[in-house]
Amino acid sequence: MVLYALQRLAVLAATLVAASLIVFAVMSILPGNAAQTMLGSTATPEAVAALAHKLGLDQPAPVRYAHWIGGALRGDFGLSYAYGSPIGPLIASSLAVSAPLAIMAMALAAGIALAAGVYAADRRGRTGDAIVMGASQIGLAVPNFWLAILLVIVFAVSLRLAPAGGFPGWGEPMRALGALILPAVALGVVQAAVLTRVTRSAVLEALNEDFMRTARAKGVSRRSALWRHALPNALVPILTIMGLQFANLIAGAIVVENVFVLPGLGRLMLQSISNRDTLVVENGVMLTAIIVIALNFVVDLACAAIDPRLRGLAA
Amino acid sequence: MSAGGLWRPRVSFSLWAGAILALMLLLAAAVSFVWTPYPPAAIDIPHKLASPSLAHLFGTDDLGRDVASQLLTGSRISILVGLVAVGIGLVFGIVLGLIASFSGGWIEDAVMRLSDFVFAFPALLSAIMLTSTYGPGVINAIIAIGVLYVPIIAKVTRATANGVLAREYALAARAAGRGPLSIAFDHVLPNIAPALIVQATIQFAGAILAEAALSYLGLGAQPPQASWGRMLAEAQNVLYNAPSLAIYPGAAIALSVLGLNLLGDGLRDALDPKLKARS
Repeated sequence: MVLYALQRLAVLAATLVAASLIVFAVMSILPGNAAQTMLGSTATPEAVAALAHKLGLDQPAPVRYAHWIGGALRGDFGLSYAYGSPIGPLIASSLAVSAPLAIMAMALAAGIALAAGVYAADRRGRTGDAIVMGASQIGLAVPNFWLAILLVIVFAVSLRLAPAGGFPGWGEPMRALGALILPAVALGVVQAAVLTRVTRSAVLEALNEDFMRTARAKGVSRRSALWRHALPNALVPILTIMGLQFANLIAGAIVVENVFVLPGLGRLMLQSISNRDTLVVENGVMLTAIIVIALNFVVDLACAAIDPRLRGLAA
Repeated sequence: MSAGGLWRPRVSFSLWAGAILALMLLLAAAVSFVWTPYPPAAIDIPHKLASPSLAHLFGTDDLGRDVASQLLTGSRISILVGLVAVGIGLVFGIVLGLIASFSGGWIEDAVMRLSDFVFAFPALLSAIMLTSTYGPGVINAIIAIGVLYVPIIAKVTRATANGVLAREYALAARAAGRGPLSIAFDHVLPNIAPALIVQATIQFAGAILAEAALSYLGLGAQPPQASWGRMLAEAQNVLYNAPSLAIYPGAAIALSVLGLNLLGDGLRDALDPKLKARS
């Protein structure tokens, strides 16, 4: 297990370096000058050159990359062009909204998916299965931001039960949590559609295994065999897909945060785009990629912990 | 075999329902080129936020534009983005997948590692990168979505191609001195076509969802281009006065995506019965 973890750690480091190179290449090397974007098309060439110099854009690419990564490792992400403040705290305060939102949505999605997926697999081919699968087909088709808008129409516009948006800050924990409920539902329900299908087919696969027949032959009850033997064996594919889906969840959060005007990472990045604040976007994108990659690393380890057979397959 | 007999219809409910919904999407776009009730971008402030009526089937928006006309025209962007993004994914994905499968060894490893990690950049994230450097627009949206499809198609291509290359007929063709290109075209591509058609249909649906999200955020279609995602963003500004404006475009997106997903499922069952047995 330790050897496996070290191997995965090396892959993780290599992936992070590659991700940073891609972000850097797209945002800083490819034609298209950040200084020009920041100042707009009406800026004089002198002003663009001066800002480019101030931002260090006139230095060679490897120097700029080293500067960016070196600073980031020390926790110095540079200054926001629009806000004039350090980028680190800006991103940290937006994460204080986005991270709880993502965790709530994922927990909701996992809860729905495990219950509905196991239920559907157990009732394979019967009405209950058909209903769950039909509902998940609809869930796959509904854009999460549309569901978010529909939730606003129902709970804020018609019933006036919840605020249509905004965030009171963590100073008032209960109201803050309340402000995240509708966004988390919008994100989680749509996410649950994918996971329900994965859970169902993973459980079905496990139900067909020899050990299930053995368990039943030993006198284990149907229900206990399902939950104690089939589900743990189905967990590896479910966890893997959950890890991969997390990238989509974060992308979805960017959109849903905008529906509810939540001051999260997605909103920070979008505002930074309209403020032409390229440096904030660059670090925000990088951070998102780091979160996704790190989470998939954790999922890999968790899968190996659950299923020892996977430890030998490290590539 | 079930008691129902040996013959089992291959044309499932999914295939039918999916085909009908997908056809409706295509038809909406086709009709919008020759006819819309009103010019979709025509502003008519005196008639703003009109309720549905015979004159305006779905009413008008906050600028008095006819919603039905915008819905019809908006389908074009969805189809355009879907076609081009999936096209990009197919062309580069098939080439990469075949290269990986035929060369094997470290090249295969490298291509697959690269694919794994593109997943860390969802379409929205790459679109945010592209727009913040090059400005918003449909082209950047298409590139961002299409790039994400390359590794997906490459994986499907490689997996299926590896299966085909191990078969006797492919070995025989190799033994007969046929080059990789000729084997790829004569043996591999026809065999992986069903899997790719299914993938392309489902990715098409994904592209429609991604385009809608990008346009909703203002990173995709720009005014006066009609787009379902942008219609939703505009409807949100008048949510308290006209909530129904937020219903139609979302329903159009959901029905299109549902149709394409069902079509993909139906095609998979029809083209590849082996997969059906497993699901």
